[in-house]
Amino acid sequence: MLGRLSWAAIPLDQPLPLYAMGVVVLGILAVLALVTVKGWWPYLWREWLTSVDHKRIGVMYFLLGLVMLLRGYSDAIMMRSQQAIAVGDAPGYLPPDHYDQIFSAHGTIMIFFVAMPFVIGLMNFAVPLQLGVRDVAFPVLNSVSFWLTASGALLINMSLVIGSFARTGWMGYPALSELAFSPDEGVDYYLWSLQISGIGTLLTGVNFVTTILKLRAPGMTYFRMPVFCWTALTANLLIVAAFPILTATFVMLLLDRYLGFHFFTNDAGGNQMMYVNLFWAWGHPEVYILILPAFGIYSEVVATFSGKGLFSYRSMVLATLGICILSFTVWLHHFFTMGAGADVNAFFGIMSSIIAVPTGVKVFNWLFTMFRGRIVFKTPMLFSVGFIVTFVIGGLTGVLLAVPPVDFVLHNSVFLVAHFHNVIIGGVVFGALAGYNYWFPKAFGFTLDEWWGKASFWCWLVGFYLAFMPLYVLGLHGMTRRLQHIPDPSWQPLLLVAEVGAVVIFAGILCQIAQLYVSIRTREQRRDLTGDPWNGRTLEWSTSSPPPAYNFGVLPRVETIDAFWHMKRTGRAPIEPVYENIEMPRNSPTGFITAFFAVVTGFALIWHIWWMVILGLLAAAVTVLVFGWSDDREREISANEIARMERARLGLGRPA
Amino acid sequence: MRDWLYPTLDAPHGAASNARHGRSGLLRWLVVSAAALVASCQQAGILDPQGPVAAQELLLLINSTAIMLVVVIPVVLATLAFAWWYRSSNLRASRSPDESYEGRLEFVLWSIPALIVILLGGVIWIGSHQLDPRAPIPANAEPLRVDVVALDWKWLFIYPDQGIGAVNQLVIPAGTPVRFRLTSATVMNSFFIPQLGSQIYTMGGMTTHLNLLADRPGEYPGFSANYSGDGFAEMRFVAKAVPAGDFNSWVTQVRGGGSALDDAGYAALAKPSKAVPPRTYRSVEPNMFERIIDQTTAGPEKVRAGAAWCPPAQQAGG
Repeated sequence: MLGRLSWAAIPLDQPLPLYAMGVVVLGILAVLALVTVKGWWPYLWREWLTSVDHKRIGVMYFLLGLVMLLRGYSDAIMMRSQQAIAVGDAPGYLPPDHYDQIFSAHGTIMIFFVAMPFVIGLMNFAVPLQLGVRDVAFPVLNSVSFWLTASGALLINMSLVIGSFARTGWMGYPALSELAFSPDEGVDYYLWSLQISGIGTLLTGVNFVTTILKLRAPGMTYFRMPVFCWTALTANLLIVAAFPILTATFVMLLLDRYLGFHFFTNDAGGNQMMYVNLFWAWGHPEVYILILPAFGIYSEVVATFSGKGLFSYRSMVLATLGICILSFTVWLHHFFTMGAGADVNAFFGIMSSIIAVPTGVKVFNWLFTMFRGRIVFKTPMLFSVGFIVTFVIGGLTGVLLAVPPVDFVLHNSVFLVAHFHNVIIGGVVFGALAGYNYWFPKAFGFTLDEWWGKASFWCWLVGFYLAFMPLYVLGLHGMTRRLQHIPDPSWQPLLLVAEVGAVVIFAGILCQIAQLYVSIRTREQRRDLTGDPWNGRTLEWSTSSPPPAYNFGVLPRVETIDAFWHMKRTGRAPIEPVYENIEMPRNSPTGFITAFFAVVTGFALIWHIWWMVILGLLAAAVTVLVFGWSDDREREISANEIARMERARLGLGRPA
Repeated sequence: MRDWLYPTLDAPHGAASNARHGRSGLLRWLVVSAAALVASCQQAGILDPQGPVAAQELLLLINSTAIMLVVVIPVVLATLAFAWWYRSSNLRASRSPDESYEGRLEFVLWSIPALIVILLGGVIWIGSHQLDPRAPIPANAEPLRVDVVALDWKWLFIYPDQGIGAVNQLVIPAGTPVRFRLTSATVMNSFFIPQLGSQIYTMGGMTTHLNLLADRPGEYPGFSANYSGDGFAEMRFVAKAVPAGDFNSWVTQVRGGGSALDDAGYAALAKPSKAVPPRTYRSVEPNMFERIIDQTTAGPEKVRAGAAWCPPAQQAGG
């Protein structure tokens, strides 16, 4: 009846997981109770859970990323603590069985449920506004994408309470992830949560490629798009091209595990090298899916806070497109040590280092944008300068690892761990936090507190260096990654420094939470009535903060890059425009309900509860069909209504 | 030669001279403690190469870093300098809010990283061929052949020409090239002795090749560098390089005692076990390495018996 599920799946005998589980369950119950007591459910359902507004979906993505950041961070501090304690004869406090789950969950969660939601959330929020349009191409699909991502996140966290997570690392290499070596449900949690959220991500890719190619304000030619839109376009092209590879690879591994196929097994003609190749054929573009939008954010932020147009827009666009294409030609550098010949290794090594060319050009462009500018050091700009300095170091170690013989001695070491945290924290996370501080006033109509913002920046920056510079050194001393126990006591001092660094990063996260809390408390003093708190350059700053559901009363006409800057400079008085009726999509529960059944189906698949699998799939399909057959999907906002709202806004923003 | 390679390890001296220059107390404290921390590690790992492969790889690492630092240091300094000088509160900075378009500068900016990468590309091409793990190491001595099998969670070393074997202990003659053939009887692992150089994956049903040489006698830690499950952290061994004469007497001594590694003994050994102490086998069945590969590709008996149609839960039971 319940497949493999039994009471044994609840870890009642292990104090540590039980404690973690208690905290999570109590936290969720507390939030649900609060919402119920306060009577917020109708509001939440109406305005958020069923919303198809790209701005709200963007906010929810970012919130999901923040919550998962706390989960991923808990894993990180547990790992760092284990490595700092378990040296020499000391066993530490985490047995291998638990430690291995923690580093597997840390990687999986940080990539798929922190970095991805951050980046996709910011794209959701900003891209349609920057393009000067009213929504994405497929608003309901967008909601489905978000809720499927949330389903994956929920499913992966269920493994805390019911059963256990994978002990295979976040890459899930066979043969370790095959049934013969990982017979329990851990790998199935990993595979199904990523399959479900992966469908969501793929749909996002389709949605945004369509939006950027087909929906742009009148006059917004490709070469007038803000750089963030370019990077969003390339990132979503990469999603459309790369995520199906991951899905197909996982389908093969699932067939191995569920139906006794032999795609990647040791025996019967399986080939694990195929998995490794396919995984990184997705995995390397994935790196650029994350970093390209971050590059776009820095481009917006550096230009805005330097009070100058971006230096060499053309180079920036070309570099972005170059990286997009090259990212598919380098995957083998993740496994130079798999025994390929010298020609193959050399080819992929050279291709990998070629990516440093467009990336280097980008760095120069930011540098020359600051040159002779008037730099205002608000929090987003601090993150951007911190990024340039940090990322250049990460780029250096990255190109080092692209030299195959150097990789032969650094592969899988903590030097590699330091490298990718260097580019992901110093690149993606700093970018996400810069974007968060930059667009928050647009989303909510008030600015974030600068003092706490700057405090969080300095904690993140210092914490990053303290946590990861020691790992570079330890990697050179021959420390490999994923060690549950440290053999060499002389490594302990540096591991303790890394531990301190992790704690400082936590202080950074706490500062962010404090920043949000303080800003909400003092929101009346920090209202931004102009809609343009930073003297922005792109179209999102031309509408009110927060923007109305329809974004723009009249679609803007674009004549140059940095369209809003141009409008401000030419200073044409806004003529009373002629408003027309606007059709906006109605809210739809399709995404939420589909995702609910996706969780049911995923859970049932993990525990082999076949009747529940069939019910869940049927219900999800019916939900989509019901939506497909409904005609009443749009509501019309009358021209009068819009005129009234717009006049009120302009009256507020510009006292006559 | 080794001294100039590791200036950081002498860091306490550097810190002292910094202090003489009279920096602030905090900075002095930071530099001293950072130096002490870096120096706290035992001199080992890839900074302490003990063979030609490791030495060339370290040299390549240093050269590549130096080539890139030519650009990286100016960029970091320029970033900090621009950010500082062009801050909005600096009244002395000259500004030009709308940069006129400068095509020549753009060309230069593409050229700088391109030139660096062309240089590095040459380094990569030559280095990859010179240090191909499969390439034999030129030396006067005839290479020693060693077959390596990764097991859960220990290393089996077979000396096919000597007919002996060892677990978690690799004894090799210093100055003689060692030609490894490697496989795994379980999940993927990576065979790595940092002080001797290149690591290589070991994979079930497949053979990889690696050539290493130890210049001097000594004991060098080795381990698996690819996570392989519960006992991974303790999957360690010591590679002991001994003078050529001592190697022969070691072989004689191993042949003289201990047990033989036959099929039954191998089956027992292949069962998962952690932190296995080193041991030797006075003899190993001929073609053991090939048979292990065949056995891995054939799979365990129960899988072969039409398992495709068994419910996976039962299949997992064994």
